[in-house]
Amino acid sequence: MSGLAMPALNEATLARRAEIVAALRAIVPGEGTVDDETGMRTYESDGLTAYRQLPFVVVLPETVEQVAAVLKYCHENEIRVVPRGAGTSLSGGALPLGDAVLLSMMRFNRILDIDFANRSATVQPGVTNLAITQAVAHEGFYYAPDPSSQIACSIGGNVAENSGGVHCLKYGLTTNNVLGLEIVTIEGEVLRVGGKHLDQEGYDWLAFMVGSEGLLGVVTEVTVRILRSPETARAVLVGFPDTENAGSCVAAIIAAGIIPGGMEMMDKPAIHAAEDFVHAGYPRDVEALLIVELDGPQVEVDHLLERVEKIAHQFGATHVRVSQSEEERATFWAGRKAAFPAVGRISPDYMCMDGTIPRRELARVLQGMADLSTKHGLRVANVFHAGDGNLHPLILFDANQPGELERAEAFGADILRLCVEVGGCLTGEHGVGVEKRDLMPEMFTEDDLKQQQRVKCAFDPHHLLNPGKVFPTLHRCAELGRMHVHHGKLPFPDIPRF
Amino acid sequence: MGGTLTPQTEDEVREAIVWAINAGEPFEVVGHGTKRSISPPTQAAATLDVSGLDGIVAYEPEELVLTLRPGTTMAELAAEMDKKGQMFAFEPPNLAPLLGAVGEATFGGTFATNFAGPRRLTAGAVRDHMLGVHAISGRGEAFKAGGKVVKNVTGYDLSRALCGSWGTLAVATELTVKVLPRPETEVTLVLAGLTADEAVAAMSRAMGSSADVSGAAHLPAEVAPNGVTGPATALRLEGFGPSVSARLSHLQTMFAAASLSVLDEAASRALWSAVRDVTPFVGTGHAVWRISVAPTAGPEVAKAAPAGSRVMFDWAGGLLWVEAPITGDAGAAALRGAVAAAGGGHATLIRAPATLRAEVATFHPSPAPLKALSERLRNAFDPQAVLNPGRMAR
Repeated sequence: MSGLAMPALNEATLARRAEIVAALRAIVPGEGTVDDETGMRTYESDGLTAYRQLPFVVVLPETVEQVAAVLKYCHENEIRVVPRGAGTSLSGGALPLGDAVLLSMMRFNRILDIDFANRSATVQPGVTNLAITQAVAHEGFYYAPDPSSQIACSIGGNVAENSGGVHCLKYGLTTNNVLGLEIVTIEGEVLRVGGKHLDQEGYDWLAFMVGSEGLLGVVTEVTVRILRSPETARAVLVGFPDTENAGSCVAAIIAAGIIPGGMEMMDKPAIHAAEDFVHAGYPRDVEALLIVELDGPQVEVDHLLERVEKIAHQFGATHVRVSQSEEERATFWAGRKAAFPAVGRISPDYMCMDGTIPRRELARVLQGMADLSTKHGLRVANVFHAGDGNLHPLILFDANQPGELERAEAFGADILRLCVEVGGCLTGEHGVGVEKRDLMPEMFTEDDLKQQQRVKCAFDPHHLLNPGKVFPTLHRCAELGRMHVHHGKLPFPDIPRF
Repeated sequence: MGGTLTPQTEDEVREAIVWAINAGEPFEVVGHGTKRSISPPTQAAATLDVSGLDGIVAYEPEELVLTLRPGTTMAELAAEMDKKGQMFAFEPPNLAPLLGAVGEATFGGTFATNFAGPRRLTAGAVRDHMLGVHAISGRGEAFKAGGKVVKNVTGYDLSRALCGSWGTLAVATELTVKVLPRPETEVTLVLAGLTADEAVAAMSRAMGSSADVSGAAHLPAEVAPNGVTGPATALRLEGFGPSVSARLSHLQTMFAAASLSVLDEAASRALWSAVRDVTPFVGTGHAVWRISVAPTAGPEVAKAAPAGSRVMFDWAGGLLWVEAPITGDAGAAALRGAVAAAGGGHATLIRAPATLRAEVATFHPSPAPLKALSERLRNAFDPQAVLNPGRMAR
């Protein structure tokens, strides 16, 4: 793991390995505790494969009681814990530590309750995102957030990362679709928050937990809202001779009061890579390609498609094609969905970035990226959730060439700095993890990060849950709790004293 | 002896809080105070009035982003968004008449309380639309979280998490919110004569259909607002004209067996603003509860209301507004017991005279482990308890 500093190993923990494994095995017997190298290899990495680390020991509990007992034991013995769902994180959120228990939640794989009358589903965290939709589809319902890894990723991981997907402009991120959670704290306490009702009273624990990247607690049950599937969906493919007009077209669609189910953009390198791979019928002579998908009642979709077509022509679109069948709609998407593997065909390796920008800055950011591409001597292709400004630049490199990985990482960091500079953020949906951890100061001041870490301290005062993720510098909670108040001065001297 | 500080800038807010820490003199934090009577009285003699931090900082309709200072009034924001055909999708209620308050609600108070209106059912609450926050903690330190773009998972989601914390963790000085297009038109289909149980079943069917219903309320005869005869079960459809017409016929077919009528755009707006602002209970002097439960549990929980109560159902049955006579605990124990028996939720005492407030907890009691965590969270932001002490206690 060159270049990535992780917390120093706790020697005392390492020295007690046999005893710790035995204690964990007493809680989670049989195959539920894995301590042999071959068995643990599976867990050495997540979706961010550039980094690998063999876990200290792997535990796969099956019951809430086991999770609570494991965490309580780890808390009492000051042993670190890395929670893991399906391991599809693109930011290294589930990267193991050499002295930490890797807590896999994948045996929590049951759907507990489906309540169509209240439009909710309660599931265990190891259930995959797609499995929720599959469990409710027979009644015409679905679970809206659909990250591209939805076949594999777990709902527990979605909660940890606040996952999005192509439909989140209209239907929200995970945080907007979670109604309730059961959480086990590092002390082994089981908390239940929310439920089938809307909103919570007291502090918004759901808001703290969703997107907390496994640093605050371990989720053992998730209640989500399910929605009626849209009656129909149609897509329009729009090509532009320049990216500026493509960006303006997206803005004009939104200004017209239209929130499409999905609105994706690809730049020329991405269009060519995708077209070469899946032959989706994309035009090759354009600089930017938009896929705009409208969903809802048939009448509404037809009505809005007309409006979108009109707007596209106003902004100088050179190609406008509306899907005439479900098959054609699928073909439009096939290229976009295959964009990552398509880029994988033309380059030995690629790195997927994930910044968000205000859309009005699109042309400037794409130009900036072109300049950076020259500077770092590496190619870049862009796919873009255009509706919400979430960019996924794919940096092409060859890890077998000495120095290229480092150059790709430097290029990626420069892109994210550019996103922040124009008013955007470091990550739109993949999470900070270890990947963007050291860039956090680009976006946040020391005081911003200290306040975030005080939240961490309220949940986990000894930094035992997923340490080394999200925060570039770990401050001791005692130090963070100290007050440094400047004495004396009374503001507003001209008002009556109290 | 009390007094009021009226900071005009972020830095003055910070100075005021630093002063409070040093002097050991906590603040009640207020905007225009329209919802002040909801919470128990704070244990603070001094007041920090942040309504002077007002005005829109940036409004970018094409980015769906609005940045504002907390003292900006909801009315001013609505007027600005209206010019661009946009709105806050969470349909903020104006509770001032219900609470007998004068003045215009501010965004800061809306953020602090997380109260959303009928469209919360499908569009989410205030917290679902929060994107970024700048605030001063009870430690007297400025910090920010989130950002000014609609999709952002960088760090803990504090702009959402601070929403609904009743000003007990930090004082917001700048907020960024997601805005959305205002529907082109709306109509409401009314089903007449249903019992609460029948109404909730009908609303559940409607919400589970592809009609994309954006409001579902049941108004028993005794709470039906002007122009509507109760019991009335109202289903609102919003959006583009042709789409609204098509979805209306869909619902009319679905409920062909019921006694149906249609409210046009103007009548529909009037009905939903009455539901949103709880108009039927304005000026009656009785206690008012706001109760959130699973929608199908609504009718059962309503039965726990004390004799002489009136109940209005919103959120397809999941939000109960209960007006209860002020005798005994005004139904607190029975209603909260029914909420627990129904599988969870919360009952908040929204309107009550001081005597009742002294007896009955405003907020639904939380279980012990959450209470302990709340205390630790509070310490993480405001260790000296200088911000609204007592407001979220109990």
